[in-house]
Amino acid sequence: MTPITKRYEVSGDDFTHAGEASGKVKTLLKQIGYHPDAIRRIAIAMYEGEINMVIHANGGFANVDIYPDRVEILLEDTGPGIEDVDKAMEEGYSTAPDEVRALGFGAGMGLPNIKKYTDDMRIESAVGVGTKVYMTIKGQ
Amino acid sequence: MTVKDMAQSLSLAKLAGEENNDVVTGCYIGDLLSWVMGRAGEGNAWITVMGNINAVAVAKLAELSCIILCEDAHLDEDARIQADSNGIAIYASGETAYALAVKIAALLAG
Repeated sequence: MTPITKRYEVSGDDFTHAGEASGKVKTLLKQIGYHPDAIRRIAIAMYEGEINMVIHANGGFANVDIYPDRVEILLEDTGPGIEDVDKAMEEGYSTAPDEVRALGFGAGMGLPNIKKYTDDMRIESAVGVGTKVYMTIKGQ
Repeated sequence: MTVKDMAQSLSLAKLAGEENNDVVTGCYIGDLLSWVMGRAGEGNAWITVMGNINAVAVAKLAELSCIILCEDAHLDEDARIQADSNGIAIYASGETAYALAVKIAALLAG
């Protein structure tokens, strides 16, 4: 089945607008009457990914495919890449700078939260090239 | 208990958003945004000192019932505008997070 596809640009170094893309997706899912239990998980997981792109990668792109039974999200950036993905997945591990922590981010919970709220998550990252985060949330 | 009932009972000052009839399901205290997003329950009243625009986004995306800025923590102007346009209720209180949580617990129990 052909999904509803949306593509958003996430601007870098702009915490004022961080969350706009996930907010739009959330609004759209509510409008089309998507599975209520999935909407909150999708919004949180995507927001965490957006924030990561703003903090670490000077922005990027979010591609969202909405199927009747699942939502697939790809967050793609051309930032510095993740040196140690396993380490980055650990709760509490963060490389966020102090000025970002002052805003309330950098708790080292971003990727763990994505894992928690998605049904499937995969990271492809190469240092100096960029990072792709794939996530799937089942609607049920 | 609705957000409106809670705000009246605790004499909270409304700073932004709509005084709504969303049901308060519980209470969560925290200032680290991802921590709150990972742990706070849907419909929780969120007690924090974090009055910036990102806190408004967290409340919206995690479907928290309201934000209570404890100990008269500052609310940024852009956060107030964002909360107004998104209908996120934000309240102020001079009390500590602990004192507020104790009172909310009593209201929820009653």
